Amino acid sequence: MSRIHVNTTVNGDAVDFLCEPDETLLDALRNRLGLTGSKEGCGTGDCGACSVTLDGRLVCSCLVLAAEAEGRAVGTIEGMAEGEALHPLQQKFIEHAALQCGVCTPGILVAAKALLEKNPDPTETEVRYWLAGNLCRCTGYDKIIRAVMDTAADLRRA
Amino acid sequence: MALDKQTAAKREFKVVGTRPLRPDGVDKVTGKALYGADLTAPGMLVARILRSPHAHARIRAIDTSAAEAAPGVKAVVTAADFGAPADEAVRDVLVNCMAHDKALYDGHAVAAVAAISEAAAKAALKLIKVDYEVLPHVTDVDAAMKPGAPVIQPGRQAETVGTEVSENVTHYCEFGHGDLEAGFAKADHVIERSFKTEATHQGYIEPHACLASFASDGKADLWCCTQGQYMVRNLCSQIMGMEASQLRVTPSEIGGGFGGKTTVFIEPVALMLAKKSGRPVKIVMSRSEVLRATGPTCSSSMGVKIGMTKDGRITAGHAKLRYQGGAFPCGTVEFGAMAAFAAYDLDAVRTEGWNAMTNRPKQAAYRAPGAPMSIYGVESVVDELCQHFGLDPLDVRLKNAAKAGTKASYGVTFTDIGLSACLAKAKAHPHYTAPLKPGQGRGVSCGFWFNFGGDTCVTLNVNSDGTVSVTEGNPDIGGSRASIGMMAAEELGVTFDKVRTQVVDTASLGYNEVTDGSRVTFAVGLATIKAAQAAKKVMCQRAAKIWGIDEEAVVWEDGAARPSGPNAGQFPPMTLAEIAAVSSQTGGPIAGHHEVNADGAGVSFGVHLVDVEVDPETGATKVLRYTVFQDAGKAVHPSYVEGQMQGGAAQGIGWALNEEYIYGDDGKLQNPGFLDYRVPVASDLPMIDTVILEIPNPGHPYGVRGVGETSIVPPLAAIANAVSRAAGVRLTSLPMSPPRILAALDAAHPAAAAE
Repeated sequence: MSRIHVNTTVNGDAVDFLCEPDETLLDALRNRLGLTGSKEGCGTGDCGACSVTLDGRLVCSCLVLAAEAEGRAVGTIEGMAEGEALHPLQQKFIEHAALQCGVCTPGILVAAKALLEKNPDPTETEVRYWLAGNLCRCTGYDKIIRAVMDTAADLRRA
Repeated sequence: MALDKQTAAKREFKVVGTRPLRPDGVDKVTGKALYGADLTAPGMLVARILRSPHAHARIRAIDTSAAEAAPGVKAVVTAADFGAPADEAVRDVLVNCMAHDKALYDGHAVAAVAAISEAAAKAALKLIKVDYEVLPHVTDVDAAMKPGAPVIQPGRQAETVGTEVSENVTHYCEFGHGDLEAGFAKADHVIERSFKTEATHQGYIEPHACLASFASDGKADLWCCTQGQYMVRNLCSQIMGMEASQLRVTPSEIGGGFGGKTTVFIEPVALMLAKKSGRPVKIVMSRSEVLRATGPTCSSSMGVKIGMTKDGRITAGHAKLRYQGGAFPCGTVEFGAMAAFAAYDLDAVRTEGWNAMTNRPKQAAYRAPGAPMSIYGVESVVDELCQHFGLDPLDVRLKNAAKAGTKASYGVTFTDIGLSACLAKAKAHPHYTAPLKPGQGRGVSCGFWFNFGGDTCVTLNVNSDGTVSVTEGNPDIGGSRASIGMMAAEELGVTFDKVRTQVVDTASLGYNEVTDGSRVTFAVGLATIKAAQAAKKVMCQRAAKIWGIDEEAVVWEDGAARPSGPNAGQFPPMTLAEIAAVSSQTGGPIAGHHEVNADGAGVSFGVHLVDVEVDPETGATKVLRYTVFQDAGKAVHPSYVEGQMQGGAAQGIGWALNEEYIYGDDGKLQNPGFLDYRVPVASDLPMIDTVILEIPNPGHPYGVRGVGETSIVPPLAAIANAVSRAAGVRLTSLPMSPPRILAALDAAHPAAAAE
């Protein structure tokens, strides 16, 4: 098998890499581009720790082939803050103590940002169902849901 | 160092009890924090592990020659590469990391390959030929205890066990006091029930990962996600036959542990591959490897018998606990037996425990190991007795609650404990009297954990710019860097932002026990306070030197050295920053350190209230409302105390309703993935309300008790008790998954089931 040359955009930057035909986007991000913020918790699309956006759509990067990123725009946790300025969701997660070990946090933040872009005024139930694909084993979700709801309220006021 | 009750009651904390932003927060929300799998090294190889497809098989031979010759392969290891550690417990750890003469469970490691890429390593695994002789297997605890059951490891039975059970039974224990027969005779009603609980996994989202490097001069480095770098160093150095000082272990950020990362699984394998190949080797487990070969809890089979008078006084309690902890001897049942009746002040109580080996993975600690199951059995029977007499379940628990002076069933006499306070708070809480609709039910349960202290070292350096660096040795799994830094700031009288707390490698600080037993905020906090006091003593000496007065004439108050009284002399106070700035001129750098085997952890009690609704059509249980009441002694960072209470409750809800290890007749794990091993997701749960009580622990200077473990204990019975009231059926096996609830409803209403 020869490797595939992929030209793509990650967090706004044009990048290229060589990948195996069966390589996941998650592995390419982590191992070829050094973007280790996206985590592998299961490799089967069940835990959401590898959540990224592909042309704005929320996906599990462990279920996307790296070659599928050709010509598309990938958004990862590394692109969420602007320089030193955290995204409001990132700030609220720290303020609400919405993380403990933090390994699910990048995926949850990427997923929550995708939710608020689609639905700026979600109900608690909507937040819970949107994030049902992102497992957190530390928090019981309570503070995560509160952080997302509070961010949404702030952003609506802004 | 004992709590000064008057001081603690009067003390006005400035930092402790506030909610500063956690110091590791920004790294974790930006993806910068480095976890086990995020580390790389130049020239690094990737390793994969070959695992047994059989539940129980003799390994006649392993032929690795084709794999060794495969392209890109740099090293292959099997058990033959390892020696035999002298210590039996260490040998068990090694045999669990790499099967020796037998594969003991589905997923047991038998060989490993390090290669230049994951693809090359995976391809080479297929070239390894293992000649297995498949043996009869057993995975159920009751079946494993029966005489004639397949023997997992011969010669491991304890002498105290007796001959009426199989050779798989490795432990027997017994606790209690009083006359059981007389106690049961005094009861107006006695209920005896049998319970079963399935094994659950800690379910940390980060799979085990490590990176090993081994130099030809015998020095080695290991980076890994672990709950204890010193434990990893001690186990791996013994397994590798090297001196502890030659192996440096550096903990990464840890993506959850809950007890499951208090041992090693892949680290010795990575070290041996690195030694053989001469290159750094990284191993990252897949989720299915995590579920098949690490963790889980014991499963259990229990009998519980309790007698009660009609006015709600418990007259006697007796529990027989049978746990299996996988293919190796395991003493967890002892914790279950000690904890079972801990919430009650009883004249007659007895608990007995047996552990059996089975063809399952070696159990690892999971939050309050052993306690959730036994307390589930006891709290279910207490609840059924309340139902029988029509008594309020909180009143009955208050009537029988253990308190200061109670002799616990496991022998100790309790000092100040918070159980009655938690029960009273629950009784007064609006949740307890909120109306319920038909099909809904409310459940209550107590929970308990011993808590632990243990070996701990802390070094605290006062920097010349007036900042403080705290060096500690316990991986931060729930926000402990925040709470440790807060206690340092409190004791020194500086603001929290002046303190930075680092978790360091094994070469940088003395031995620390693993992050377990809810010990870190208690024990590392205690050592930090003592280290800060030592630094304050040095700073008072420096001020005395500057002022030209006696050391004894200087005191530390409010973040500054001051003359102790008018007779000491008139000098303006010198702050930490002022003393630190001139430290070089007054004797050199200023530091404090403390090393201790911390005692006095202080037991922990909690009470949970839950409302559920059971769907009679599907058997699904919805958790509607949940409130946790727990004694924290003193909540250093209340947000992270709440987080422990909420997270433990969520894990207990999963244990009660969904999570289970499912084995087929072939002895293979049927659900090694998050799709089928279903942990609670956001849409399964309501908000989890918390009420923190603060009954100071006499064993800690600020009154702190560990809070990490108790919260997983009550949900099992609380939900079973709520289901029994919501659906009118009492389930005696966990999890209460929809098929089990439907079966119980059908059995209770055969006419409806036939329709």
